[in-house]
Amino acid sequence: MQRFIAIRFLQSLVALLVMSVIVFGLARISGDPLDVMLPIEALPEDYERLSKYWGLDKPITTQYAIFLKKAVQGDFGNSLKYQGKSAMGLVAERLPATLELAGFALLISALIALPIGVLAAVAKGTGWDAAAKVVALLGQSLPVFWLGIVLMWVFAVMLGWLPSSGRGGLQHMIMPAITLGWFQVAAIMRLVRSSMLEVLDTEFVKLARIKGIPEWKVIWKHCLRNAGIAPLTFFAIIAGSLLTGSVVTETVFTWPGVGLLVVDAVRSRDFQVVQAVVIVFAGIFILANLIVDILYAYLDPRIRYQ
Amino acid sequence: MPQLTTRTLPWYAVPWVVTGWREIKRYPLVSLAILLFFLVIPAVFAPWVAPHDAFLGSLSDRLQPPVWQYGGTMEHILGTDKLGRDMLSRIIFGARVSLIVSMIAIFVGGFIGTALGLISGYFGGRIDAVIMRLVDISLSLPTILLALVLVAAVGPSFGTVITVLIVLLWARYARLVRGETLAIKELDFIARARVAGASHTRIMVRYIFPNVVNSLIVLATLQVGYVILLESTLSFLGAGLPRAEPAWGVMVADGRELIVTAWWVSMFPGVAIMLTVLSLNLLGDWLRDHLDPKLRNL
Repeated sequence: MQRFIAIRFLQSLVALLVMSVIVFGLARISGDPLDVMLPIEALPEDYERLSKYWGLDKPITTQYAIFLKKAVQGDFGNSLKYQGKSAMGLVAERLPATLELAGFALLISALIALPIGVLAAVAKGTGWDAAAKVVALLGQSLPVFWLGIVLMWVFAVMLGWLPSSGRGGLQHMIMPAITLGWFQVAAIMRLVRSSMLEVLDTEFVKLARIKGIPEWKVIWKHCLRNAGIAPLTFFAIIAGSLLTGSVVTETVFTWPGVGLLVVDAVRSRDFQVVQAVVIVFAGIFILANLIVDILYAYLDPRIRYQ
Repeated sequence: MPQLTTRTLPWYAVPWVVTGWREIKRYPLVSLAILLFFLVIPAVFAPWVAPHDAFLGSLSDRLQPPVWQYGGTMEHILGTDKLGRDMLSRIIFGARVSLIVSMIAIFVGGFIGTALGLISGYFGGRIDAVIMRLVDISLSLPTILLALVLVAAVGPSFGTVITVLIVLLWARYARLVRGETLAIKELDFIARARVAGASHTRIMVRYIFPNVVNSLIVLATLQVGYVILLESTLSFLGAGLPRAEPAWGVMVADGRELIVTAWWVSMFPGVAIMLTVLSLNLLGDWLRDHLDPKLRNL
C-alpha cells in the first residue's frame, strides 16, 4: 500500500512537472516576454538590463529552473492587464468565489442525483427508471454553456425570477450552480443507481424487511448508507471536474471567480495570469485524482501494485 | 409416401435477411435519422443545401426573428444574427466545421494512440513502462486548461484546436489497444507467424491490428460526441475556432449578449449540438453493445 501511494505520488509530481514544462514552453513560443513588458520606445540598453534581471540571457534550461523555483514559491510575475497586481495574488483573490460556487453546485447535484438514482433503482424497469435514463443521457449531451444561456433566458429574461449574472446573495448562485452541477448529476445518478441495485439484493436488506421495518426506512437508511460508498469515492473526481467546469459557467454568468479570470486573461493575452491559474488548477486537479486513486486502492486491494 | 412438412417461410427469409432485419429493428433508427439530417448531409453538401451565404450578411436584415415569430420571413427560416447572416445556413456550415475538426482529431489521435498502444503492448518492458506513464500523465491533465494555455500562446485557429484535441485523445486509444494487444500476442497464431518469419512490424500491422479494429471503431464513435462537445465548448470560450468561423460554439457565444433581444441566435446552434451529440451517444452505445460488449465501462 505504501508502495502504491509512493508511486502514485511520484506520478502526480511528474504530471505537474509536465504541465509546468508545457506552460513554460508555450510562454516562450508565444514570443519574447520582453516585447510585452517593455514599451515600444524602450532602448536596447533597457532590453539588456531587463533580460539580465529576469535571467533571459541564460540558457533555456537555467531559465526553466528559475521559473520552477519561483513557481514553487507562488511567484508567477505581475499581471499585464491589472497593473501592479501579482498573478498569484489575483488568483488568491478570486479563488473563494469559485470554491463557493463549486461547493454549492456539488450540493445541488447531490441533492438532485441521490433521490433520482435511488428511485430509479427501486423502481427498476418502470417509468421512473426510464426518466432517469433520459436525464443521464441529457447530462452527457447538453453543452453546459448552452444550458446556462437557456436557464438565463427562461428564468432571468422571460420570468424575471433570478438575476442573470454577477455575484451576490443566494439567488445569484442558483442558476450558475445548476449549470455547473448538471453534468455531474448524470454521473452521480448512474453510480447511485447501480450500487443501489447491488445493495437491494443483499441478505441484510431482506432481513430488515422480514423484521418489518417500514420500506422507506429500509431504502433510505439501510440501503443508501451502503450504496453511498461508491459515489463517495467518485466525488473527488467530480471536485476536479467542477473546477475546470467553472471556467465555462463563470464565463456564461460573469461570476467573478478564477474561471472568468483565466478566460479574460487568455483574451487579453495576459500570460502571467494564465500560467498562475493553470498551475493552481492543475495542482488541484492532479491532487484530486491522486486522492481518488488512493481511496480506490484502499477500498479495492486488487488495484494496488504488486 | 410420408408428407414432408416444410415450414412456409416467406421468400426473403434467408437467415441473414431475418437476422439483418432484427438488427435493423433494434437499431436506433430515430437517432440515426436525426444524425444524418443534422450532421452528415448538411456537412457534405453545405454549399448546395444552405439557402444563403454563411459568411456574408446584409445589415438591413439583421436580427430577424425566426419565421413563426412576428416579423419573421420565409427568407430566413431560423432568423438572422447580429450581422444579418442567415442562421440556418450558418448552422449547416457549422455542421461541416464540427465534423471536419472532430474527424481529423479522432483520426490522427486514434492513429498515434493505436501505434503507441501496439508497440507498448507487443514489446512490453521498458518501452511499455514509458508509454504507459505518458498515458497516465496525459489522462491526468486538465482538458480545458491545456487548451486555454495553448490558445493564449499561439492564438485560436483550426490547427490549435485540432492539436489540443489530439493531445487529449490519443491516450485512451493507446490504453485500449495495449490491453488488447497483451492478450492477443499470447495466442498461437502470433507465435506461428513469428516462426514463419514475419517481422515484428508485420505481426503488429497484419495480425494484431485487425483484431483490435472493432474496439477502435466503438471507441471512436463514442468519442465523436465528446469531441464535438469539447470543440464547441472551447470555441464558446474563445479558445477554439476563430470568431469568423461558423462553428456552433462560436455562434452560441455570439448570441449570449443578445439573449434579451434575440434569443434565437444562441438557441438554435445549441439545439444542433445537443441533438448531434445525443444521437452520436446513442449510436455509440448501440455499436458497443453489438461489436464489443466488453467495453461496457468506457
